[in-house]
Amino acid sequence: MQHFFDMPSKSAIAAISTPQAAGGIGVIRISGKDARKVAEKVFYSVSGKKLDDIKGYRALYGRVRDEKGDIDEAVALNFREPNSYTGENVVELSCHGGLTVLRRVLRAVFAAGASPAGPGEFTRRAFMNGKISLTQAESVMQLISAKGEAAARSALAGHDGALDKKIKSVKDSLVAAAAHLSAWADYPEEDIPQVNPDNLGNTLLNAEKDLKGLIDMFEAGRAVREGVKTTIAGRPNAGKSTLMNLLSGCERSIVTEYAGTTRDVVENTVMFGGIPLLLSDTAGIRASADPVELIGVNRAYGMIRSSELVLAVFDASQPLGGDDMNLIKEIGKTRCVAVVNKIDLPLKADIDFIKGKFKHTVCMSAVTGEGLKRLEETVASVLGTDKLEPESCMLFTERQRNAAEKALRFVREAYGALKSGVTLDAVTVSVEGAVDALLELTGEKATQAVVDSVFSHFCVGK
Amino acid sequence: MEYDAGNYDVAVVGAGHAGIEAGLAAARLGCSTLVFTINLDAVGNCPCNPSIGGTAKGHLVREIDALGGEMGKTTDECFLQSRMLNKGKGPAVHSLRAQIDRRKYSTVMKHKLELQPNLFLKQAEVVGVTHAEGALWHVTTRMGASYTVKAVVFATGTYLTGKIFVGDVSYDGGPDGMFPAAFLGESLKKLGISLRRFKTGTPARVLRSSIDFGGLEVQKGDDPVVPFSYDTLVPGKNREVCYISWTNEKTKEIILKNIGRSPLYGGKIEGIGPRYCPSIETKIMRFKDKKRHQLFIEPCGLDTEEMYLQGMSSSLPEDVQIAFYHTIPGLEHVQIMRTAYAIEYDCADPLQLNSTLEFKDFPGLYGAGQFNGSSGYEEAAAQGIVAGINAALKIKGREPMVLDRASSYIGTLVDDLITKGTDEPYRMMTSRSEYRLVLRQDNADERMTPIGRKIGLINDERWARFLTKENQKKEELKRAGETVFAPTEELNGILVSHGTTPVQTGVKLADLLRRPQISYGALKSIDAGRPDFPEAVFENAEIEIKYEGYMKRQKAQITEMRRYEKLCLPENVDYGSITGIRAEAQEKLQAVRPENIGQASRISGVSPADISVLLIWLGRRGKG
Repeated sequence: MQHFFDMPSKSAIAAISTPQAAGGIGVIRISGKDARKVAEKVFYSVSGKKLDDIKGYRALYGRVRDEKGDIDEAVALNFREPNSYTGENVVELSCHGGLTVLRRVLRAVFAAGASPAGPGEFTRRAFMNGKISLTQAESVMQLISAKGEAAARSALAGHDGALDKKIKSVKDSLVAAAAHLSAWADYPEEDIPQVNPDNLGNTLLNAEKDLKGLIDMFEAGRAVREGVKTTIAGRPNAGKSTLMNLLSGCERSIVTEYAGTTRDVVENTVMFGGIPLLLSDTAGIRASADPVELIGVNRAYGMIRSSELVLAVFDASQPLGGDDMNLIKEIGKTRCVAVVNKIDLPLKADIDFIKGKFKHTVCMSAVTGEGLKRLEETVASVLGTDKLEPESCMLFTERQRNAAEKALRFVREAYGALKSGVTLDAVTVSVEGAVDALLELTGEKATQAVVDSVFSHFCVGK
Repeated sequence: MEYDAGNYDVAVVGAGHAGIEAGLAAARLGCSTLVFTINLDAVGNCPCNPSIGGTAKGHLVREIDALGGEMGKTTDECFLQSRMLNKGKGPAVHSLRAQIDRRKYSTVMKHKLELQPNLFLKQAEVVGVTHAEGALWHVTTRMGASYTVKAVVFATGTYLTGKIFVGDVSYDGGPDGMFPAAFLGESLKKLGISLRRFKTGTPARVLRSSIDFGGLEVQKGDDPVVPFSYDTLVPGKNREVCYISWTNEKTKEIILKNIGRSPLYGGKIEGIGPRYCPSIETKIMRFKDKKRHQLFIEPCGLDTEEMYLQGMSSSLPEDVQIAFYHTIPGLEHVQIMRTAYAIEYDCADPLQLNSTLEFKDFPGLYGAGQFNGSSGYEEAAAQGIVAGINAALKIKGREPMVLDRASSYIGTLVDDLITKGTDEPYRMMTSRSEYRLVLRQDNADERMTPIGRKIGLINDERWARFLTKENQKKEELKRAGETVFAPTEELNGILVSHGTTPVQTGVKLADLLRRPQISYGALKSIDAGRPDFPEAVFENAEIEIKYEGYMKRQKAQITEMRRYEKLCLPENVDYGSITGIRAEAQEKLQAVRPENIGQASRISGVSPADISVLLIWLGRRGKG
């Protein structure tokens, strides 16, 4: 049994280890020999100290980031083996923000080399390392396996949600492609139709599209569950705070007729068309000499960069100016709805110019509430939640999303190989990799599925 | 009346493809070995197609050969036509197949067994296997001879309680008109081995001069011929061709009209047949929309006029067979020399075996080939060599040889059989291996010969040849990484003519070979420094360079997989007592009794959550 302790377990695993609900502080736990190494790729301390430099039970304050930039402030708590829950090296990253932020940090942690923790894996490791008793471990495992099965049943077998249908249709098309490739390779002298690279390419492109759609649905589902970090931005006095108040249904921001009243970020969570928006009202964007106001403006820029959705407010009653142009530039590729406000007043702004700059533009009046419904629909469409069946989106986990992304990578690899003229045996391996990843979602096994499909679709055999 | 016929280390029951490899391996490893056959003229018989190899099966033959087996060498000595299938579909699925002279194959194999020191080949029907004192076994023949042995390998093929079906005619019988093994099945059941019925079939053999070959498509062999065996330094020449014809609506009509007279569709056959080797009536019933089915007309030997009709196996009555064969172009006046038949036989549920092919509950008893629920000469030989080697290693007190899924198709075959079991005769296919870019026919020696050497089946000369080849490959890979070609007009001419982009700067040989369109052959005229190595070295090197990325990934998967294979489960676990494992999984685990966590995870009905619980249980056991 000595092998047991060299097993798979030593590589780092990670998961969100606080309850998956909005609000408060969230903790991501990374466990494994390399936990600190993984954490260092995501977390950097303000003091410049490294996790390796500090003792166990000590913390560092700093920021977490991914390839797109900073995500959030965070405290990294260091546990050195064997003094941790699992008995391994553990780093816990405490972040604020909602689950949206946590999920992004978790993804960054995966990108840094950790694997998603399997059900009960922290517990299993804790048990292996003598941290908890078997009875304790067994009760945790039973809970997890029972829950997993119930989820699998409702998610994948029992009901006909759009997501399930989509997974099945992508999987079926890839299994069929893999089966054709296998039959064609395994029965070279049978009357099997030639594998046509163009058809195969189309199958792969369709699968890519569907998988992307699937992953977008995961994102949309997450938006519904966990909320969307939304920034209201615009030049001073464009009506940002009025919009915030309209959305909030109460006077959250201080509204005055003087430009620059909101000098800092004001936050609020509102339900807007069924989606929780984690709203931040920001200081007006304008070139200013006032150092206090400048800090607010810079924070607003920071908020725009780190949001998942920007509501860019423009004043329809004033001609567009340099501050508006700066805002447009600052938003760049961030998901955005342009809100042309104050349409109850005489029109002076060039609305067509704004429409040309943004994919989504809504004209409204934050004072009268005119156009609010349009804004709601547009936001839902931008977030993809309009196409979502609420009951199916609740079941999907980060692990499953991981599997879908893995499938997408394999499909892209297969397509790339096919296009560059790599032999079909290698293309087949990538197609089967994609099938395998999708079967992680449905609990079947890839090669068996392919073999069975060969026999049901092709007349083969001497 | 029984009599004491003496002692042997190993008894092999059956001298088909499994029995031959088992017997030779055991004898070569120093065990006194007795090989039984019901008829000495049926040693190494090919009662179905007169060919060896094919997709994935060709891989098996190469692996058997690289491990020190006999099938590849004998095929090289007896082939009539050789082809590398799937050229152009990628190196993982290149598969060698040879049409053979079936009588010659049988004669050559029999002679090899006769000449093998430590091996005695005996014609006798084994009727009973029983426990003997001191963990030994008694093997009894119909003549009353009782042998005492340390190990028995069952390689009974389709002989075990065999029954022949042709329409409404049926009788007890073995393949090719042989006697069946009529009593052994009962003896095994009495011992406690669980048996079931499988079925297979074979097409008619017809007289060559009654075929009208005009108008049939001819299929020729490859030139040059690639041999199966790493020992065959000078390959032989093609001697024969095959022909292709097609069934038609008329064939279909006759079969459908008479389908009620088929023992399979009339309910007489209870055995389960293979999906991949269906009879023509099954193909027509299952794929009703298909207008025609292909068949191959293959020679059976140089000194016979019998021709084999591949793709046309049937168990319909003889008069129906004559009628539908006559609808096929070229066969309008064909004369049937041997009628097509179906055969039903006893075989063991392979879940009773462990990865050495030894019965878990009966130490010293091994199964191989169709006895274990497989199909095919190559699958049989592969299991034969595994069983033979392991029987011998155990007797000699040595470590067992366990080939895992990542090592070989042989390992994949054994693992599939013993962890998943099979509901139909199991055939190897390339799609059964998740590691198929690594498990290629061109590198079988690299994967298996070191194992064969360690066991003692690879002699010094062959080992030296293997090492030379490995060194040459290493040198060539190094050279490919270092050799730089200038962007000359000649190089760019070659690149453009092969449909790939020209270069502006110097480029490494390896980088050129990474391009799918470029091969060693294409660069021959400019690669002045190319050493004088055998073709196989360049082939191997090119594949490794071209598919480097894929192979790296597959090798990483293999490392991951092997971690679980090393986590051994104790032999007598009471899975029912482990709380947390679901009832279905407990039953499956109890039935299969996996040797390690890897095997357990491949059993259908065992979920990752069950495995987690099992790991926890195992961990506690390790600590306690």
